[in-house]
Amino acid sequence: MSKTARRLLLLFAHPAVHKSRVNHLLVSYVQSLPGVTVNDLYEAYPRFLINVAREQALLLEHDVIIFQHPFYWYSSPAILKQWQDLVLEFGFAYGKNGTRLHGKLFLTAISTGGPSSAYQRSGSNYFTIRELLAPFEQTARLCGMTYLPPFVVPGVLWMDDEHELASYASTYRRALEALRDNTLDVSEIMKLDTLNQAMALLPAS
Amino acid sequence: MESSDYLFQTFIYLAAAVVSVPIAKRLGLGSVLGYLLAGVIIGPHVFGFIGAASGNVMNVAQFGVVMMLFLVGLELRPNVLWRLRGPIFGSGTLQVGLTALVCAVVALCFHLAIGPAIAVGLILSGSSTAIAVQSLAEKGWLTTKGGQTSVAVLLFQDLAVIPILAVLPLLGAAHPATTTAPHSATWFQALLVLGTVSAIIIGGRFLVSPVFHLLALTRLHEIITAAALLLVVGIALAMQLIGLSPALGTFLAGVVLAESEYRHELEADIEPFKGLLLGLFFVSVGASIDLSLIQSQPILMCSLVIGLLLIKAAVLYAIGKISRLENSQNFTFSLALAQGSEFAFVLVAFAVNNRVFDQGLGDRLIAVVALSMVAAPFLFTINELWIQPRFSSRLRQRQPDEIDEINPVIVAGVGRYGAVIARLLNSQNIKTTVLDFDPEQVDLIRKIGFKVFYGDATRHEMLAAAGAAQAKLLLIAIDDVEGSLGLVQLAQKHFPNLNLLVRAKDREHAYRLIKLGVRNIFRETLESSLEMSVEALRLLGFGAYRAYRAAHTFKEYDEETVRVLAEYYGTDEKDFLGRVRKRVQTLDELFESERAVSPGPDSAWERPKAAEKPEEKGKGDN
Repeated sequence: MSKTARRLLLLFAHPAVHKSRVNHLLVSYVQSLPGVTVNDLYEAYPRFLINVAREQALLLEHDVIIFQHPFYWYSSPAILKQWQDLVLEFGFAYGKNGTRLHGKLFLTAISTGGPSSAYQRSGSNYFTIRELLAPFEQTARLCGMTYLPPFVVPGVLWMDDEHELASYASTYRRALEALRDNTLDVSEIMKLDTLNQAMALLPAS
Repeated sequence: MESSDYLFQTFIYLAAAVVSVPIAKRLGLGSVLGYLLAGVIIGPHVFGFIGAASGNVMNVAQFGVVMMLFLVGLELRPNVLWRLRGPIFGSGTLQVGLTALVCAVVALCFHLAIGPAIAVGLILSGSSTAIAVQSLAEKGWLTTKGGQTSVAVLLFQDLAVIPILAVLPLLGAAHPATTTAPHSATWFQALLVLGTVSAIIIGGRFLVSPVFHLLALTRLHEIITAAALLLVVGIALAMQLIGLSPALGTFLAGVVLAESEYRHELEADIEPFKGLLLGLFFVSVGASIDLSLIQSQPILMCSLVIGLLLIKAAVLYAIGKISRLENSQNFTFSLALAQGSEFAFVLVAFAVNNRVFDQGLGDRLIAVVALSMVAAPFLFTINELWIQPRFSSRLRQRQPDEIDEINPVIVAGVGRYGAVIARLLNSQNIKTTVLDFDPEQVDLIRKIGFKVFYGDATRHEMLAAAGAAQAKLLLIAIDDVEGSLGLVQLAQKHFPNLNLLVRAKDREHAYRLIKLGVRNIFRETLESSLEMSVEALRLLGFGAYRAYRAAHTFKEYDEETVRVLAEYYGTDEKDFLGRVRKRVQTLDELFESERAVSPGPDSAWERPKAAEKPEEKGKGDN
């Protein structure tokens, strides 16, 4: 396992950041990290006119692609779908000669309103988060990227404890640092449900 | 008693102006005529509120002319003045010389001796700077070619007053024993003039800005106003001392200061004084008209006035031709300067004092000049209402172009609004037939390489020739409201197949279009002001998407408002205004709710206030 630093591209999508507690905090914890590029899609494209060439160039400049967003209706806010539809072009991301993203790591970082217990057969959401993220997972697979277990902040509707929020945010920061510095064994992480759990694998700092 | 007398006089002057100027304006005759008539009414021959004192008032009021020339100078940058040197000395000399000659010949026909006849010619050769510049500015013609030539000739006339004053005493029937100044004094005089003029130029260039900068530091606005006045008064005084026209000196100072950073400051400070003094000046001219003279010889006086106007206009027209003014501009030029000059009053008094001619002739000259000044505003109105429209309609009589293609889209009007549409559609390979009836605009757009047809889209034949019967869309981008409404009705009546997209000048235009049943209405400034507010919100820290949504929520609401209000437009005004207020109130409420954390239009994007059971919500958030 090589120890060279990876470059991380954080595609952030939240339509009302001024009302956000969790996602806003998560971004603020990681945006100044060296090696991390935050691309705030609603800020960059308020009219949804995505600059495909710029976005593809950004993808090529980074090794880890992260989608960070609230888990609206079991998916992403609208602009991230627009981004996928336009940027992940045939011949670039998939299909004939579409190998430009091959070998990159792909991570989803989401906040969910319901707690983890809601995401199971007996819960109101019936499916597990991993099952519901299948479209993202398959997108990554089709583009030849390694799909990492998601980073999840669950139950945010009832999360009022600022310390708990902050602890999620600092875990998130440590996770991104670990991905950047390549201090985690990817094949080990792949066995986990969430990236949150991988923090236990880190050597105590 | 004295002070109350002053107050009474001031009251009369101001009241006369306040009453008569708005009436004259309302009648489309310009403020000058209003002031003149006010003067006639309060003058010695009607109500007699002001009597002999009006001569003194006129002396004070003449200073308005000085200020006006300062302001004209401020508008003229030195390079513009340099460009005008031809008209000033060429057209100016011709005008004064020819007019004086013709008037003198006419005077000879009235059995005047040759000397007095030349004096009369010279006195009548000038035109009223006050009336001409004021009226040209009011109509917005000062920057046209005709307006600039007028200013040039007026400047020369100002220069010419000095030699005329020198020559007049020599024209008397009986030579008075006044001797001209000795040569050494002339030498000294020339040096003095040169020195003063250079002082004005150098001082204006290098002294005014630093001084005003220092004064600005005091943050006392009245001191700056005082300094501006001081500047003008000082220059006028200096010019008077060396025997030059004060108006000319301040004009020169104005030109020198035209490029200074305090130009607008000076303009704003002097403007009200100039306006009031000029008004006062016109009032005193009105008051000086001797009505009894006109009453006793109405036909003679009238023909003299008309004769004077005709001679002056004809000479001016010929000069306009020589300097190759376009016909429409030439009419503006020759009618603007056809009246007699305010200097004539001074010159007549001077001539009578020097016994060049007698008081009776002097009175008649003053009456003729004053009446020609009264006639001047009418000449302007005639030019505006009768002569100029002929030229523009003649321009429009350029034959409409043959249209040799039929396209799905017709764009009517390719000015600053329509041009963008034509370009965007062109970039998407949409074929358009573009019409405009401004020949200059058509030629310009053609030069850029676009295909534009010259023709009036609001005419049925033109619209039919443009393929309106086969086209899908008619984009009405013309900026004339009545023309736009007429075109809408024409299209609706004869080409119901056309889908209309119409540019609206303002809300009122939009209301009227809605009343006509037009669906696609675009208020021309709406998008631009929304864009500006979006940027303002962003600079205040709003996220881009939030600012965008705020602006577009506002836009939706505003467009709905226009539609709702259009129904009541043109009915009862009180009812209409009431509804406007109510609508604005609801808008306030809308944005109040947007400001509050919940519930706004974005409430789906936030945590519900009272979250129930954890399992209920499948939608993750925050």
